[in-house]
Amino acid sequence: MGTLASVLEASGIATVALSLIRQQVETTRPPRALHCEFPLGRPLGRPDDPALQRSVIDAAFALLDEPVGPVLIDFPEEITDDSDAPLVCTIPPADTGGVHPAEAEARGLLPAWKRSTEAYGRSTVGKVVAAEEVPGVVGLFARIADGEGWQEVGLPGDPTKAAADVRNFYEEAALSLTEAVPGARQAETWFVGHTAAGDVIQRARVAMKEQGAGFYFWYYLLPATQHRDPGEA
Amino acid sequence: MGDELIRNELADLEGYAFDEAPWTSPRPLSESRVAIVTTAGLRVEGQPDWNPGDQSFTVLPRDRTDLVLSHYSPNFDRTGWIVDPNVVLPIDRLDEMATEGVIGSVADVHISFMGAQIDHTLETIRLDTGPAAARVLLDDAVDVVLLTPV
Repeated sequence: MGTLASVLEASGIATVALSLIRQQVETTRPPRALHCEFPLGRPLGRPDDPALQRSVIDAAFALLDEPVGPVLIDFPEEITDDSDAPLVCTIPPADTGGVHPAEAEARGLLPAWKRSTEAYGRSTVGKVVAAEEVPGVVGLFARIADGEGWQEVGLPGDPTKAAADVRNFYEEAALSLTEAVPGARQAETWFVGHTAAGDVIQRARVAMKEQGAGFYFWYYLLPATQHRDPGEA
Repeated sequence: MGDELIRNELADLEGYAFDEAPWTSPRPLSESRVAIVTTAGLRVEGQPDWNPGDQSFTVLPRDRTDLVLSHYSPNFDRTGWIVDPNVVLPIDRLDEMATEGVIGSVADVHISFMGAQIDHTLETIRLDTGPAAARVLLDDAVDVVLLTPV
């Protein structure tokens, strides 16, 4: 971010960079930076809070009045993520006849995912599979979790992208199963810690690591904030 | 807290800084054309997914509503983006500021790169794609860029 700002600035464009990780802008020294101690993924603070978003931009553009740089200041308000407070979602009961319970769970969430996608008009599902294929992918991860080789079950491409499609499907479905807009990481903690699919991918991640999968494949299977290895509290 | 863990992991990450910080004196904000450059790994529906190490960029026409956040890293929240894209790409806020006369105008094109790059020297961005993105913005007469990370 900081380096990119400097490249644009050198081309004749005045830049102001928002920052979410202060040490990174201290290292890369962009011309003008406003550090915002906000949740990662939410550089303008909060969704559906136009007043806060505007005050962030106003504070950023105020740096254009500085006569010399580099300049780095801190936005006065801080917002923390809510990973310690998982969403509370009632998952629809699913018919588990003939399929893994996690796969059935995912199938049962498809209507909720569709409602969310219609309500918000966007989705992050679709890196390697469509939403309708997510339950089948959950079934493949369940086989890895239960001991099959991760390269043998027929995952549709990069395992990290398949896992991202599963997680994003669940988090988007959750938006239709709760009343309020979630705080940052609330849906993530719910998915990993409170759903059968989250448990399956956690166990698949551990199994892939034990099977000798490359670091990238098991590390990025879930957010690092959610990694739990056997024996850990 | 989850972010605290990620911030601590990334605190000592190497980064590239120029020996001398470039500096462009801006025009008055009320006369400036403003664009957003994000490192969120956005793309227009139908464009290829981002892969780790990709230092290219995508052009985001301001009137496209089918933008997809497809950054490779799982280590940040995405629900905020789903509910309100302005929390990453605040085009509605810029439109309001243009209507009020606080800024001159909003660019017709915005840009996305992808952060969390493996090559901390960002050689391709410094020498190739960064200047190319600047050219796209200058061709749209952009004066000021707001950069947003995730």
